[in-house]
Amino acid sequence: MMHGYTEFHPRWFRRRLSTYWWLWRWPYLRFVLRELTSLAVAWFVVVTLLQARALATGPIPYTDFQDWLRTPWVALLNSATLLFLLFHSITWFQLAPRAMVVRLGAWRVPDALIVAANFAAWLAASAVVAWMALGAGR
Amino acid sequence: MKRPIEPLLWGLFSAGGVVAALLLPVQLFLFGLAFPLGWLDPPSFEALQALAAHPAARLYLFVLCSLPLFHWAHRFRFTLYDGLQIKHLNEVITALCYGGAVLGTLIAGFVFFTTH
Repeated sequence: MMHGYTEFHPRWFRRRLSTYWWLWRWPYLRFVLRELTSLAVAWFVVVTLLQARALATGPIPYTDFQDWLRTPWVALLNSATLLFLLFHSITWFQLAPRAMVVRLGAWRVPDALIVAANFAAWLAASAVVAWMALGAGR
Repeated sequence: MKRPIEPLLWGLFSAGGVVAALLLPVQLFLFGLAFPLGWLDPPSFEALQALAAHPAARLYLFVLCSLPLFHWAHRFRFTLYDGLQIKHLNEVITALCYGGAVLGTLIAGFVFFTTH
């Protein structure tokens, strides 16, 4: 009794997964966009370090740097970066209750309250930074 | 893969995520868009230089750059590892990500603590 071997390896029944599988469902898309926010964070640090360096060097490098920030592609890139940073903030604060469970005595602080507190802290921190920056020298 | 520094790396990722979430949008909005593009009246060069030279501001800016870099390193490492399935380069990716964050931290230290 021959136990026949097939000459060629049988084809697996595997559906080919599209490279863009994550595009069509919001939870997947949201996951991929959230992953990409790390690039926006890195770009922010690069811009901030360059700006601080220009500021420390003198008025002419600083003015040149402001001109660079005004070039269309940089302004466009920074606008996109801001959207990704906002996406990071929102998704980060929404996940906060999963990362920390706050108890006051026997009472477990509800998730919605933790999220709200995080958003309030975001607002407060932004207000302080804006107040310092806008108030400089005035 | 058992590495005793993994909890530390996660802690830095988490701390950097908090700093990034709280402060990066307003910082980029003001100094990357609103001031240079004239949406808001920017502070003068002298005023801004004086503000940034204050020791508290130096420390703030250092933290603002350093911790988010570790956040980037950790998240980007797993984006490449899980998302793009680049698993055979695992060691290289890990070294480049955290190495980049350490290098960026050193540069930030140089920029914020050694300039006048």
